[in-house]
Amino acid sequence: MHLDLDQNLVRKARELAKEITDDVQKFIDLRSTDSVERTVVRVYGIDGVDADGIPLPNSVVYDVKSRDGLKRGIAYWIANACVAKSMSPQEVAESVGKKEFSLVEIRPQKESIVAEKIDELTESSIKQLEKIKRERDEMLKELGDPNQPYIYVIVATGNIYEDVIQAKTAVSEGADIIAVIRSTAQSLLDFIPFGPTTEGYGGTYATQANFRIMRKALDEMAAKVGRYVRLTNYASGLCMPEISAIAAIEGLDMLLNDSMYGILFRNINMMRTFVDQHTSRLICAFSHITINTGEDNYIKTSDPIDRAHTVTTSQLINEQFALKAGMEPKYMGIGHAFEIDPDVENGLLYEIAHALLTRSLFPQATPKYMPPTRYMTGNIFKGYAQNTLYNLVSVMTGQSIHLLGMLTEAIHTPLVQDRYLAISNAKYVFRNAKALGEDVEFKKDGFVQEEARKVLENAVSLLEHIKSVGLMVSIEEGIFGDISRKIDEGKGADGVFVKGEDYYNPIIEKMEEIVRSGEL
Amino acid sequence: MIPNLDLRSIKPYGDQANDGMIQLSFTLPVPAGAKAREAAKTLIALMGFSDIQMVLSEDIGGDFTFFVVYAKTNKYVDYTSIKTLEVEIPKIVIEEINDKISKYLKRQVVIIGATIGSDAHTIGLDSILNMKGYHGDSGLERYKAFKVYNLGSQIPPLELVKKSREYKADVILVSQIVTQREIHIKQLTELVDILDAEKIRDKILLIVGGPRITHELAVELGYDAGFGAGTMPSDVAAYIADRILKKSS
Repeated sequence: MHLDLDQNLVRKARELAKEITDDVQKFIDLRSTDSVERTVVRVYGIDGVDADGIPLPNSVVYDVKSRDGLKRGIAYWIANACVAKSMSPQEVAESVGKKEFSLVEIRPQKESIVAEKIDELTESSIKQLEKIKRERDEMLKELGDPNQPYIYVIVATGNIYEDVIQAKTAVSEGADIIAVIRSTAQSLLDFIPFGPTTEGYGGTYATQANFRIMRKALDEMAAKVGRYVRLTNYASGLCMPEISAIAAIEGLDMLLNDSMYGILFRNINMMRTFVDQHTSRLICAFSHITINTGEDNYIKTSDPIDRAHTVTTSQLINEQFALKAGMEPKYMGIGHAFEIDPDVENGLLYEIAHALLTRSLFPQATPKYMPPTRYMTGNIFKGYAQNTLYNLVSVMTGQSIHLLGMLTEAIHTPLVQDRYLAISNAKYVFRNAKALGEDVEFKKDGFVQEEARKVLENAVSLLEHIKSVGLMVSIEEGIFGDISRKIDEGKGADGVFVKGEDYYNPIIEKMEEIVRSGEL
Repeated sequence: MIPNLDLRSIKPYGDQANDGMIQLSFTLPVPAGAKAREAAKTLIALMGFSDIQMVLSEDIGGDFTFFVVYAKTNKYVDYTSIKTLEVEIPKIVIEEINDKISKYLKRQVVIIGATIGSDAHTIGLDSILNMKGYHGDSGLERYKAFKVYNLGSQIPPLELVKKSREYKADVILVSQIVTQREIHIKQLTELVDILDAEKIRDKILLIVGGPRITHELAVELGYDAGFGAGTMPSDVAAYIADRILKKSS
């Protein structure tokens, strides 16, 4: 099925979104953040915690920041210490953690030798990441990419070992993607917890060790069921780029990653989020990690029909930010959701129009479709019916990444049978309606065509407005999700700084160079 | 009420009066098969059910078996002896609330709302507070009588109390949606403890809402009222207005 969209209007929408993000990118390019610097530290292989349990990447960055050295970028300080002390980055970090020395107080070594050290460290880190990416790509090719829509389920027990049991069960039933939802307060932590964890609320902490445990379990299952199984986590909140780094190191396939979600829904500082998302996406682009954008959230707080164009607008903005990070469209899981009030007459037609618009506007992308949550009640039987319609819209409009709705949504984290019932439902609908989308055309000037056209037109008007006042002012106006955030407010603002003249971030530069040159 | 019922011995009604029919679904962590089915039946019998019809026992992967069962209970309750605590909601509507508050209180009622602790879900809170409300029933922001501060999600109880001082709140509205291992109880209790410790509990009308909240539970935890599933913004508005007016007079 396809939409008769005015292609000139589509082009115009993209141009506007590009101009809007160009303006923001100027701010981004001048700045770095604590989290971006910790990302460099992690890519250099530094991991672990000090005696007080503080992650070493935090100790190292704090050491330099508190002595006013961070404007130069963390890489120089690590390399200088490695040369001066004849240590590896990890040994340097451990010494800093033990307060044996401060990186800023080490005598500057000969510049050319430090530069050589930076190159050496950077090259070996990048090589390692490339190796991991290659292995994932090869495994995907070997085992075969499952049919779309991919069946995506969440595990969220709080205990990574319990998560493994549930994830394996879900894979054996047909899940293609497992997302380990995070402990709900994690997005506001300005560090990544360390080690395997068995306690969490509403989810399981994202830690490098937990990533590794789940990756191994899913790879074992993939070999057993003979199809590739993707692993997802969340690169949002105060540690966006750092999470991307550990995801790249541990071979994750997907990350929830939105250019504005943290600002709107977690009250994280605007500049912090914009700067962090750029580095975060660069790593994803480099490591072939698919991002999932968060437009579904807008229509949880604002009306899904009246404000449908805000979803489209944000999708176009997210796409442009991803392109700026050198991301190929096939790694863009453009987000949207099935959230219309079930009491609305012709609600299904609206849902089809909106879903089809997303699919049509981003033909090369892998749209991420989200299930009903807002109007899920304690009536689990009705909820199951709502999810059936959601599954139908997804398969007929050709969505790519399909997060399954749970009949117990908004009651508790999914029970093992909830996930099973959801997978059965999706498999049933996907099989029964497989070719429906190819066989059906919507009437010219009919409900669906008209609604999609209207949403696109409204999106273009909104983009014009955003272009005229700027994205940051638009967010202050509360355009997205009916939530207003001020430019200079929000969490993590003190972690943003303007780069010094001698700032150097070799990891980012190298990744950019490789991504842009298409060497990958 | 259905005629000819003995209210002193009420049983579930499936197909006919007093048949005691209940539907159950659950999972056992054992592989599907005759042994799993027998284990499930035994378990249900131990719960006091009879006439057990196992309509589904299915392998759901990973050595788990899912069951759907119909069974009859021989237990009954004396409906006439049941006592519940329900929030008394007076029948006053938006215009009346606005009028009375401005006339008797002569200022706006300050309400702050949040989800506390680890709960990131603001759907319930927003439905009650946001202008738009829920299903055509306006949210508290729409009431001229109320000044609403929606703090959003994941607010630590201590922070919430700090804000309530800052805004001179009359009412604190807490929403708890998703919970695991009864964490919501811990967080709700913590809030009461802080208010008690700061000696401001009596000055605040403390309300909690959420799908798993009952008025009884709320009162037990030290709240003034608890609103469960199906609550409309106008219910909460009427309750608040009524209580504040009574308090001020």
